[in-house]
Amino acid sequence: MAIIERPAPVGAPALPAPVTPTRTYGALRRPVATTGWKSWVFTVDHKKLGIMYGAVAMFFFIVGGIEAVLIRLQLAAPDNKVLTADVYNQMFTMHATTMVFLFVMPMAAAFANYFVPLQIGARDVAFPRINAFGFWTLVGGGIIVNLSWFLGGAADGGWFMYAPNSGPVFSPSNGVDFWALGLQITGIASLTGAVNLIVTVLNMRAPGMSLMKMPVFTWLQLVVQFLLLFAIPVITVALFLLSFQRSFGATFFDVSAGADPLLWQHLFWIFGHPEVYILVLPSFGIISEVLPVFSKKPLFGYPFVVFSGAAIGFVGWGVWAHHMFASGLGPVSVAVFSIATMAIAVPTGVKIINWTMTIWGGKLNFTAAMHFAIGLVVLFTIGGLSGVTHAVAPSDTQQTDTYYIVAHFHYVLFGGAIFGLFAGFYYWWPKVFGKQLNERLGKANFWLMVIGMNLTFGPMHMIGLQGQPRRMYIWTEARAGEGLFNLGFWNRVASIGSLILTVGVLLFLINVWKTARSKQVAPLDPWDARTLEWMTTSPPKEHNFDAIPTVRHLDEFFHRKYAQDSVTHEIKQVSTAEDIVRDQEANADKHIHMPSPSYWPIILASGLPVIALGVIYAIPVAIVGAVIVVLALFGWSLEPSTAPETDFDPPASEDGTKELAPLG
Amino acid sequence: MVDTAVHHAEYGHHTSTGLSNNKLGMWLFLGSECLLFGGLISTYMIYRGRVGEGPRPGNVFDIPFTSVSSFVLLMSSLTMVLAVAAAQKRDDRGTTLWLTVTGLLGATFVGGQVYEFTAMYNEGLGFTTSLFGSAFYTLTGFHGVHVTVGVIMLLSLVGIIKRSRVPGDKAEVVELVGLYWHFVDIVWIIIFTLVYLIPT
Amino acid sequence: MTTTAGHTEHMEHEAHGEHAEHGMTTIGYIKVALVLAALTALEVATYFVDFGPFFMPLLLILMCVKFFIVVSYFMHLKFDSKIFSFMFYTGLFLAIGVYATFLATFKFFTA
Repeated sequence: MAIIERPAPVGAPALPAPVTPTRTYGALRRPVATTGWKSWVFTVDHKKLGIMYGAVAMFFFIVGGIEAVLIRLQLAAPDNKVLTADVYNQMFTMHATTMVFLFVMPMAAAFANYFVPLQIGARDVAFPRINAFGFWTLVGGGIIVNLSWFLGGAADGGWFMYAPNSGPVFSPSNGVDFWALGLQITGIASLTGAVNLIVTVLNMRAPGMSLMKMPVFTWLQLVVQFLLLFAIPVITVALFLLSFQRSFGATFFDVSAGADPLLWQHLFWIFGHPEVYILVLPSFGIISEVLPVFSKKPLFGYPFVVFSGAAIGFVGWGVWAHHMFASGLGPVSVAVFSIATMAIAVPTGVKIINWTMTIWGGKLNFTAAMHFAIGLVVLFTIGGLSGVTHAVAPSDTQQTDTYYIVAHFHYVLFGGAIFGLFAGFYYWWPKVFGKQLNERLGKANFWLMVIGMNLTFGPMHMIGLQGQPRRMYIWTEARAGEGLFNLGFWNRVASIGSLILTVGVLLFLINVWKTARSKQVAPLDPWDARTLEWMTTSPPKEHNFDAIPTVRHLDEFFHRKYAQDSVTHEIKQVSTAEDIVRDQEANADKHIHMPSPSYWPIILASGLPVIALGVIYAIPVAIVGAVIVVLALFGWSLEPSTAPETDFDPPASEDGTKELAPLG
Repeated sequence: MVDTAVHHAEYGHHTSTGLSNNKLGMWLFLGSECLLFGGLISTYMIYRGRVGEGPRPGNVFDIPFTSVSSFVLLMSSLTMVLAVAAAQKRDDRGTTLWLTVTGLLGATFVGGQVYEFTAMYNEGLGFTTSLFGSAFYTLTGFHGVHVTVGVIMLLSLVGIIKRSRVPGDKAEVVELVGLYWHFVDIVWIIIFTLVYLIPT
Repeated sequence: MTTTAGHTEHMEHEAHGEHAEHGMTTIGYIKVALVLAALTALEVATYFVDFGPFFMPLLLILMCVKFFIVVSYFMHLKFDSKIFSFMFYTGLFLAIGVYATFLATFKFFTA
């Protein structure tokens, strides 16, 4: 809400803001609601958008999780009939697509949206309306990808959709069309988000916060956004070629027409390998915040963590063909990509050493967040080591398309990315909602997830090396093998593990529900944290900080709370979070102009799924979608992102400030 | 997304780097576009020799004609830069004049492309005739769509300036559209050489 | 950056004309355009005149020269902040590196 306001004291009742738009922009008056659904749907507030990103991602986590459990149920017994071969293909394709594009990426975006502006001491992102547009675009893309379940069957070519599986012969339903267009739309969301967050980090930092004083989470998000910026256009090209092939009769990947099927593989993995780091680096960032806080030590080797993150991002561009060692690239290419892939283990190893050294000798506080963070370090290391075995090309050709690969990437993505996200939930929940998640339930949640995930994915190493192919939809007792290497036994173990994992996730949802009903308010600084996002109320006011802090140190908040005694050289507490926030309130900035809510982001975003449906079913519908997009762009262009002061009721007092409640 | 970045009404220049948010966003977007056109050009490079039963590149290209339209697009970069200079001098008449000229030159280029595509189609090169055809039309089509979007932005901007409805810094909005326009031009510099002048 | 309070006074200092100074004069732009036109004429000449072994390198060099003239002068990268150059050239050289490797795996340069 664009208002001129003076911050109200903590805990003051939220009054409705007396604002009415007096001018119109384009055809519509600005939305002004500060409560109810309109205050969410038309919001441009990075915090509300962050929460909505999180909610949507969590929804898709549950969807993807149900798909995973169905896959495991089908493999739980010989000659099982839970799923048909066709539905099984759709299930694993959509499981991976959902988890990668609709859970981990949006959840990382949720954390980035919420915490990057807070960590750098900004009041919002650089382009608040583009932020809202990105969110609604993601929703539209997610709907398109999943709509196919109800319209003739979902995509079934595997998440990397190799030709000829992506072609009409092997995928006659519209599933692949929905998949390609839906991911195209989520790609737009990621690209706009990347531009927005990079500009935010570079341009909106609080005074004094140089790049090397930024929190590590923000740093690694910056690397991730650069990866998105440059990787998304590559998948855009690939998806366009695929859509043109399926919808307009081109033959880009049709071998019978003389095409080269490796074209898709290259384009997909040029995007796909940076994508791997896009998925895991945000979690690395989260635990790089969590480990120091609960070890009561600064992060060991901050510059090494930052630069190894950047190095991972850079080298990540030169390793894509290790996904294609079995495709006959030729000895030179295989050797080059093999060496590059081994090289990327170095900066990753640097990070693991840094985390270990951070914990070393610290006063460890084993909270639920700390459990998940340490879980990540251990499980990701296991996944990283099996990853190095893929870098060795001769060994990889034995492992390609077996369950060993499935084991590897679930250790890095579940044990790495998802454990990091859960560490983030437990660590930042009191910041976002003002209430702490239950620690006992959290630890139970952790242990069930650790046991579940190791039971599910651990045995896959064995059955993979024994030769069980990835994506095999059925197995028979007669051919399962004997003794320790009986495929049937280990498949059952994995299925039981997946159920334990499910119970673990359910405990988290129960924890969320219980916390939401609880009346217990979290302390202002429950973890004795170190970074700027804790230097404001929980949840933060709409303008984040009453007074923008001036930054002098890495871990600024810690340095404001603690100081070294000049005689004894002991670190002593000199101030509390409450003091610091109260001090900010007393010296609050006047004339805080926040960007105004807008109808245009959601209208613009709503045009894209219409275009997608039109491409699949009838071109006139696509034209309707395009008209929506063009009109929305004009409306957007003519509307200033921050309403001028004349757009609102005149100020109540002489000095131009108006007593307004914190809006939320 | 182009338009959203271009017309985004953020103004005020007190930022950590001292640079405008909009301009930084635009350059990031253009950096990203390099990867998009790189992918399309590489696809064309792999498929340009796969003509199947259809015509070969050398048979359908009309180099003198395309040279003229390339020249038109190149000169539109000059008029664009004059529009930006006029906008920075707050010369609204000059700005709208040069923006209009740029838009018309761009429209001429698009018209030339439509004519070229029609001629090629009549010579037997359809979108689905061969891999060469599909890749060629996809690459040049993407570029053509970019030019068309640019023309719409230029002419809309003329109307918006005439009605004094520009949100934010007028000179910066013109400059941002200019950056996009020049980018479209440099992509064509590459396409003209790699696709048209260097034979298979 | 209208979202940040306390900086409103700084916005007063914003000078609209400052871009023009590190740009170029109209005559300068026209000279650049003439150079571009001449280079294009030379490019097109390769279609009519046989340059023998120089044909390919000449065209590639001309392409690069034209590209960087437009980027440096018309897009002002030469005069503007290094950060813009970093953004753009990172994308450009990443694209060149990645796609050259990609084409190499298809034996594009050797076959």
